Amino acid sequence: MAKLTTQDLEVIKSAQKARLAFRERTYLLICGGTGCHATGSIRVKDALLAAIEDKGLGDTVQVIETGCNGFCAMGPLLVVHPGDIFYQKLTVEDMPELVESHLINGKPVERLLYKDPVSKARIAAQTKIPFFAHQMPRALRNKGLINPESIDEYIGRDGYIGAAKALFDMTPQQIIEEMKISGMRGRGGAGFPTGVKWDFASKSAGAVKYVLCNADEGDPGAFMDRSILEADPHAVLEGMIIAAKAIDAHKGYIYARTEYPLAIKRLGIAIDQAKGYGLLGDNILGSALSFDIEIYQGAGAFVCGEETALMRSIEGKRGMPRPRPPFPAHKGLWEKPTILNNVETLANVPQIMVKGGAWYAGVGTQTSKGTKVFALSGDVNNIGLVEVPMGTPLRTIIYDIGGGIPNKRKFKAVQLGGPSGGCIPESHLDTPVDYEAIAKVGAIMGSGGAIVMDEKTCMVDMARFFMEFIQDESCGKCTPCREGTRRQLQILEKICEGRGEPDDIDILVELSQTIRETALCGLGQTGPNPVLSALRYFRDEFEAHIHEKRCPAKRCVALLRFEVEPDACTRCGMCFRACPADAIVWEKKEVARIDKEKCIKCLTCYDKCRFDAIF
Amino acid sequence: MPLPLTAEDRLHLKTLQPQIAASPKGRGQLIPLLQMAQKALGYLPDEALSLVADHLAVTRSEVYGVASFYNQFRFNPPGKNPVKVCMGTACHVRGGEIILENFERKLEIREGETTEDREFSIERVACVGCCALAPVALVGETLHGHMAPSKVEGLVLRVRLEKEKAEREAAHS
Repeated sequence: MAKLTTQDLEVIKSAQKARLAFRERTYLLICGGTGCHATGSIRVKDALLAAIEDKGLGDTVQVIETGCNGFCAMGPLLVVHPGDIFYQKLTVEDMPELVESHLINGKPVERLLYKDPVSKARIAAQTKIPFFAHQMPRALRNKGLINPESIDEYIGRDGYIGAAKALFDMTPQQIIEEMKISGMRGRGGAGFPTGVKWDFASKSAGAVKYVLCNADEGDPGAFMDRSILEADPHAVLEGMIIAAKAIDAHKGYIYARTEYPLAIKRLGIAIDQAKGYGLLGDNILGSALSFDIEIYQGAGAFVCGEETALMRSIEGKRGMPRPRPPFPAHKGLWEKPTILNNVETLANVPQIMVKGGAWYAGVGTQTSKGTKVFALSGDVNNIGLVEVPMGTPLRTIIYDIGGGIPNKRKFKAVQLGGPSGGCIPESHLDTPVDYEAIAKVGAIMGSGGAIVMDEKTCMVDMARFFMEFIQDESCGKCTPCREGTRRQLQILEKICEGRGEPDDIDILVELSQTIRETALCGLGQTGPNPVLSALRYFRDEFEAHIHEKRCPAKRCVALLRFEVEPDACTRCGMCFRACPADAIVWEKKEVARIDKEKCIKCLTCYDKCRFDAIF
Repeated sequence: MPLPLTAEDRLHLKTLQPQIAASPKGRGQLIPLLQMAQKALGYLPDEALSLVADHLAVTRSEVYGVASFYNQFRFNPPGKNPVKVCMGTACHVRGGEIILENFERKLEIREGETTEDREFSIERVACVGCCALAPVALVGETLHGHMAPSKVEGLVLRVRLEKEKAEREAAHS
């Protein structure tokens, strides 16, 4: 491949026009994200291709495998353009009918369209589906549209135009200024202003500097970064090139989780393509900047999401944090000035260069600008990736986009920020997405994991779950985190097992405060947050466990009796059919009974019983 | 006690040796080399740690220190069908622990262990990022979403049946 110039970018862009405006043929965009792969999209794609071949439509129809579309719960997904017709939960068997009906007779297949869980109406156009209608894709602007393994399609969507502008029309100081105007704050969770971070590093003396991308998405329940990398890897590379110009770096690393093989594969393809086009390497686009990017596969340690630990890990050491200062902007990787930005942050940078910082800051609140991506999951109807303007109330995300709580259950809380965050109850659901507003109610913005919990979730068990995670991932360097979180976990386990004592809550609070103030890094300092926020809003549940030896949500196995309340039992037999151990004795019109000899205490019957008859 | 090396392990070590020897020597190579070794052998026996230590001219304890820090590295051989049960938040909310417990009971091993016939091993993983399909388990490289206790038995059975079928076919040919 020949090295490109800025003019060549424009040529490639116009060559992609018909494809990206969905003209001249019918385009079938099939989702190739990890979620859809898991539900069988590869087989569906093969069947689709075969059906198209069979009908001789090869010349007028183009099938494109895109990155993650975002509506993961409905996979495998297919969007047909023109028309923006959204198909869901496809199977291999559906393909001949889809080709015949939609592509030949022009009639979309009704039964495969999205069905609104409330109105039960079928909705054909993707943009009309509530899940998508309330979103504002910026970081995710190419998701579901382009083939992530095609650099030309990325360029067709203004790709590398931002980098060209930064390389030829802007000084490093102007780039930094634009980032400051945009109000962009680190999307990894801490929310430090990106422009300020770059400014520090650009002013640090030194011939060798590094640009790092943090793709070590370790928060359980978060998959924003994975989806961006799978759907639009070039956006991250372009963001890094712009950052390199801003701080005068020549080498970049992407620290990616080894648990994300598809993201790593697509990043690798993107890097090779960018090198082939001269968008990475010496004198990018003929400019003075030389910059290269390497992928570094993390080996699975949550603490490596912390910047100093991540750098130790790239150096081949145990990923343990060190005290700051010196900050990485002065002494980072191999003791050289380094900036570390999160995937989502970097994916926003190219558009900020193209459209300007003021455009980016055009939406949002006083202190939080632009948009934020959330990975919405848990007990909610529409699970998937959601990008909303800052300032959007959490209620909108859960009810309008997420479609509310399934199985006619009640909302209990939404957990934001993973193991460093907290839960937000119903009474605060009108809190807007804003760094400060979320912190005020006891959670953190975090990297974007949003896990919805219904009334069947035990908050003591959730606190125990997060503490177990923190304890497991504590690197062991500082005492408050290593010993303090272990002690907290022991107390929480004790409470869940029905051995809680009256002063346990006070000890938990006291330990939390000490750990917060004295732990070395963010992992430890924020570790007690899930416990504190659970205590803040659900203290009564802790007390029920401790004083009454009762788990109100019926989750803590040790506090359950595994018996059926005859008056509440409607004799429906749901528990009987669901039990994997044949432990339920039931006959038509009879009250069910649990055979404790056979019962494996898996809670399936508790989950299936709609009448709360098992206690 | 570490399990003794199998003939297969020795063969893998033999092919690994020149690969490591041909790799760059910087300290930053330590984790990539361990990943390479684990890819070849499926785990990191002492012999593999020594190979890496000698190549980078660092002590074995240093190599072990790094290897034991990261969740990715294991010191026992995995089963032919490693079962990984996701313990992320979304999976937890949807009952991931119950799925783990069911695999443990069905296979009669605990998390972190391998069945005697080396067919299965069980691990817990923090989050595989498929929260939309929670609870999730991987058997080998295949991801299974919306897991339920009743599905566990089916999965294990399917693997065993496929193995028997393959053995029968091998016996016939």
